[in-house]
Amino acid sequence: MDFDWVFFIELIVGGLMSGVMYSLVAIGFVLIYKSSGIFNFAQGTMLLFAALTFVKLTEGSVNFWVALAVTMATMVVFGILVERFMMRPLANQSLLSLFMATVGLAILIEGMSQYIWDSAIHGLQLADFLDLALLDPVNMTVFVVDYIDWLDILISKFDVFATIVAGTMILVLAVFFQKTRTGMSLRAVSDDHLAAMAVGIPLSRVWALVWAVTGIIALIAGLLWAERVSVSFTLVEAVLKALPVILIGGLTSIPGAIVGGLIIGVGEKMGEIYLGDLMGVQGIETWFSYFIALVFLLFKPSGLFGLKAIERV
Amino acid sequence: MKTKIWITGLAMATAMSVTAPVMAEGDVYIPMPVYRVGPYATGGTGYFGGIIDYYTLMNMKEGGVGGMNIIWNECETNYNDQKGVECYHRQKEFQGKQALFFDPLSVGISTSLVAQGRKDKIAIIAVNHGRTEGQRGDVFPYYFMPGINTYDEHSIITAYIGQLEGGMENLAGKKIVLLFHGSTYGREAVEFTHMLCEKHGCSSEAIEVPHPGNEQTSQWLKIRRSKPDYVVLRGWGVMNPVAMQTGVRMGFPISNLIGNIWSNDDGDVKPAGSSANGYQAITTHPTGRVAKVIDEIVANLYEQGKGDLEDKSRIGSNYWNLGVMAGVIHLEAVRVAQARFGADVNSAQVRWGFENLNLDTARLTELGANGLVPEIKTNCMDHVGGHQAKFMRWVYAETKWEVASDWIDGDVELSQAIIDAKAENAIANEGITPRDCNDPAQRDDFEV
Repeated sequence: MDFDWVFFIELIVGGLMSGVMYSLVAIGFVLIYKSSGIFNFAQGTMLLFAALTFVKLTEGSVNFWVALAVTMATMVVFGILVERFMMRPLANQSLLSLFMATVGLAILIEGMSQYIWDSAIHGLQLADFLDLALLDPVNMTVFVVDYIDWLDILISKFDVFATIVAGTMILVLAVFFQKTRTGMSLRAVSDDHLAAMAVGIPLSRVWALVWAVTGIIALIAGLLWAERVSVSFTLVEAVLKALPVILIGGLTSIPGAIVGGLIIGVGEKMGEIYLGDLMGVQGIETWFSYFIALVFLLFKPSGLFGLKAIERV
Repeated sequence: MKTKIWITGLAMATAMSVTAPVMAEGDVYIPMPVYRVGPYATGGTGYFGGIIDYYTLMNMKEGGVGGMNIIWNECETNYNDQKGVECYHRQKEFQGKQALFFDPLSVGISTSLVAQGRKDKIAIIAVNHGRTEGQRGDVFPYYFMPGINTYDEHSIITAYIGQLEGGMENLAGKKIVLLFHGSTYGREAVEFTHMLCEKHGCSSEAIEVPHPGNEQTSQWLKIRRSKPDYVVLRGWGVMNPVAMQTGVRMGFPISNLIGNIWSNDDGDVKPAGSSANGYQAITTHPTGRVAKVIDEIVANLYEQGKGDLEDKSRIGSNYWNLGVMAGVIHLEAVRVAQARFGADVNSAQVRWGFENLNLDTARLTELGANGLVPEIKTNCMDHVGGHQAKFMRWVYAETKWEVASDWIDGDVELSQAIIDAKAENAIANEGITPRDCNDPAQRDDFEV
């Protein structure tokens, strides 16, 4: 049978689009790690909590922009609380202790989300709120109008929208880290928080800020994930795909999170379709992304863009 | 420190006194293996909410079942097989009373308990699903799947596709993809789907969606490559709306995506938004306030602030209605047993009740359940008893299902062959000695 090139290109495009979604989550992991050296296991539940809060508010007939503002404010308050009650008391503890604290935080957020809201599946149609051509509701009778029909290759308009949002977010973060005083403070704290404190950078404020910014990123990622796959507690499992992404891209690099996401997105789709066909099995993409990450680690232990850890012994 | 311990102890004692029911003389006990949290909570809260509401109504209206007050005790399974089995062992006896039966709404859990249920003489109930060869009551006397089984379900779906195509003869040359949940439940239909297409001249392909099913790009790319005429969705929980959204995003016409019995809830279609408009699914029980018993539940419970559902808009939703239907079947089995053995029945006697159900239109009308519960007549050889279903279509603009077909019968002839083969396999491999259902003594022996 002839190789189906159109399908192959669609597969790559679909994989890249899925990869963008993974990258959006991975950026949140990277941000916390860059500023505090902590691997934040609660990133997925933060995303769930943000999306669920927003969706429940809009379901309660709260205006879109008000709901967005309230959810953002909630995530900022959340960031401040995390700094005050988790980071500050554990400031001098080992990184493993801090990691375990984020595991506890994840379980707490998941439980509280079900308690405050509910455990049902909720949909989000951004097109109901935003007047964007890229978010046009699907016309069921002539569904093709919702797609870019170029060379007979199907590209979802929503995925294009998600890519634009992700790209914008990366640009904003790059400017923030490189050009603003606060961004440079964050980088200084990340490099050496004792030295940063010695030159007068307020550690508590910086940590609260980074958790708040991460919360807002979780909200943006959460809304896109919600539009794509609904809001349910399985989002926590879905965003764990960000783990192989940061293994590949490196824990300290935002461009790494993007490249890693794209590699995992395309790699898992290729694995599921072609390797799955070859092996006569299905459903391998759940573990294949980790396999890809392990192969990368063999050659680049600190990830493609991660900093090499050099210690004087 | 002492004060803290006292406060904690007091709080725990208060919590226990509030949540734990207390058995009394004249009570019957039914376990409630719920799943109120986790990815499948939509199904769990609806189904078990419906059962609890019906039991509560019966306690209020009739003093329970046959004059015996109904007591139930919840155990959270999380739709997890291991936790479900733990719940069974924890719940099979409660304050000295044996459970009358066990209904976990999970193929994995119910299948894991087939042998244990027989050992403990407790019937395992799997309404509208389950290990399909369990239909053979001579081989599996303590396993019941009232309503339809997996094979009925998929033969009815194929028959409906035939209707959409203008006749079964027009299925020749068509392609049907089964998109199934990567679990025991999902895989149950794979072999039979291929058999159905062999019979009707269509081609078939089975595509697995790994649990929990919230990323389906690969699967829908495969479907796009296969170019099927229809996709049969055998989903569960979040997999359902994601299938609708991803399918539409990939350009598949939603009207050709046909949902199975666990892909037909309001909670499945509403999250998919406009993508779900025109989606069709099978059902054994219409949605909405379609029977007198539902009006009674609303009037006596929800209007008095006593209903189990937190969200009242889910009254009449698919899973909740299925729960009420299950409650009706449960208590009718108890009543059938009570009619033979007296009010204070044990689990083996209730097993006999499940085996002798005769829910015809007249009886359903008496129960106020006509219009909600399909006719079900079980016997020693048939622990399913229904074998028919309808289809409904989701109307996004009106946020409701509309009936899309009349009752359609399952292909019992085709399914019986595979059921018999699997039952014979179980006899050979699981050390089961079947009963002779033609022998009245064996047939009527409740303590098999």
